[in-house]
Amino acid sequence: MPEIPSGETHLSVWDRVAASPEFKNLIARKKRFIVPAFIFFLVYYFLLPILVGYAPALMARKVWGNVNIAYLFALSQFFMAWIIAGLYVRAGSDFDKRSKNIVDQALKPRDAEGNTKP
Amino acid sequence: MMSPSLWMFLIFIAITLAITYWASKRSTGAGAYFAAGRQIKGWQNGVAVAGDYMSAASFLGIAGIIAFQGYDGFMFSVGWLVAYLTVLLVIAEPLRNAGKYTMADVLAYRLKPRPVRAMAALSTLTVSTFYMIAQMVGAGALVALLLKDSGISYHTAVTGVGVLMIVYVVFGGMLATTWVQIIKAILLMAGTFLLSILVLSHFHFSLSAFFDAVGHVTYHEKGQQVVQDFLQPGLRYKPPYGALELISLGLALIFGTAGLPHILVRFYTVPDAKTARISVVWAMALIGSFYIMTTFLGFGAATIVGRDFISTHGGTNMSAPLLAQALAGNIFFGFICAIAFATILAVVAGLTMSASTSFAHDFWTNVIHRGAERKAGEEVRVARIAAFVVGAIAITIAILLGPTANVAFLVALAFAVAASANLPVIVLSLFWRRFNTTGAVAGLAVGLLASIGLILLSPSLMAVDPPTVTGAARHLIQAKAWFPLENPGILSIPLGFLGAIVGTLLSHEPSSEDRFNELLVRSNTGLGAETTTARH
Repeated sequence: MPEIPSGETHLSVWDRVAASPEFKNLIARKKRFIVPAFIFFLVYYFLLPILVGYAPALMARKVWGNVNIAYLFALSQFFMAWIIAGLYVRAGSDFDKRSKNIVDQALKPRDAEGNTKP
Repeated sequence: MMSPSLWMFLIFIAITLAITYWASKRSTGAGAYFAAGRQIKGWQNGVAVAGDYMSAASFLGIAGIIAFQGYDGFMFSVGWLVAYLTVLLVIAEPLRNAGKYTMADVLAYRLKPRPVRAMAALSTLTVSTFYMIAQMVGAGALVALLLKDSGISYHTAVTGVGVLMIVYVVFGGMLATTWVQIIKAILLMAGTFLLSILVLSHFHFSLSAFFDAVGHVTYHEKGQQVVQDFLQPGLRYKPPYGALELISLGLALIFGTAGLPHILVRFYTVPDAKTARISVVWAMALIGSFYIMTTFLGFGAATIVGRDFISTHGGTNMSAPLLAQALAGNIFFGFICAIAFATILAVVAGLTMSASTSFAHDFWTNVIHRGAERKAGEEVRVARIAAFVVGAIAITIAILLGPTANVAFLVALAFAVAASANLPVIVLSLFWRRFNTTGAVAGLAVGLLASIGLILLSPSLMAVDPPTVTGAARHLIQAKAWFPLENPGILSIPLGFLGAIVGTLLSHEPSSEDRFNELLVRSNTGLGAETTTARH
């Protein structure tokens, strides 16, 4: 476990980091990806049981040989999940860099006023 | 003469016991025992998550449901994968950053640890034990069926599975459990891939020929010949409640997977949050490929073997093994049976691990002894005893229930509790500053009680059986069901959230709001996160 710098309580470290612009920026960036991705996947996924349940005639329509919309839509869910996961991994490397910076900053020794020591 | 199945079972057991012996020498200290020293690599943990997750229900069960009810069975396959987006986007990284061994660790940062941990341990033990009993009953019936030529009974099979899972967990801890899950996942993927190729080759590698056959599945029902298009929805979920049931099932899967304790504990075995993320992606690659291939397993069994034959040769759960037998003979049948056996063992080992960890870490150390071990190593010792006791209880209940018991509802119950009790409090704890202890306890209690209550009143447990149905196969309550759905998620999940929110708003806990920043910073940056333990 990284040592929290001496001379200040745990709480002050957390509050100071939480108030820093770098941290607020990280949270904003995460939200900008995760919230739309989460809403999109919920809507896309629940369309499947809703349409299968309430629009069976539409879902039973055949589009390729005997293959119908219901099966293709279900199959597309797998690719939807993989694509979102792939996009998230790409976005995640940026989050990792930013959190590492924040952690490094937070672990620097500080004087009584909370300024980093030269 | 021993059957090929039995040989392959014994080889698998020998390999896993050797791994357990190896792991037992490395499982000294709590970090090593509970979290494999947090040294599992990203891909390894991903494969292990897949092995932990894909139960006999998903291998044998899903092949059977698709073989008998076509498209509707495939809806499970879809939900079981897509659910990992919740794990990936919301749960895995904050949990790894802020927790130590259990989900309650994340709650305990800002909330009063004792009541929250006590409720979280209760919920974890409920989910794990119910899920385990369902697996054990299924395992016993299955192993007895697979090995019936070798004279192995249901009792022997249940005891054997139970003893093995206890040995893995008690002696090998998380490290042995991880490797049993990795080997199982590789075997399962290999077997499923081979089986899919064989199904396709049966149709001369023509997908259109395959799907044409799926369009004309022939079987007999009540003496009448039926020809059915198995790609059409509606064979399982019929009006009036079919649509709601599908949505409710989807809710339980999407929100429940991210609250399953045996999945959550896996993210503590990797070095950091980034590796936790990578491991979810690996798991999604495997789990997704597997569930896409259930198309070939299920529809293959429906078209090549047929419902009529499967019904008279062991029933729905035998669909995949019988398909293997039809396509490639007895040795391959034995191989697929051995994979099914490995599948069950890996899952029950994961469940035993998470149940015993929660009992020792949450309940024993943090609730009873207020966070301090009285003697060094006590927590691990208590966990080992708890694993033994949990295993013994599961064996006993599975034997008492017998092979014909109706246990499918226990799986639905596990997902419902995970989605309605565990997930709401984890999410609110991570994202809602105002959240507090009363809210967490209320959310866990309401989610747990709503799930159990609604399942008690559902068609799974309430129905009027004809007198020809006897013994354990009869429904518990002989009356018309009060709640029409087998999956309570659509009602119990909102109730769980509501309980947590109302409980919070009715009370004030400034310390929880004050410490929100700590959890926010920890869960998002990994500052102060648990690090890997040194190699021994």
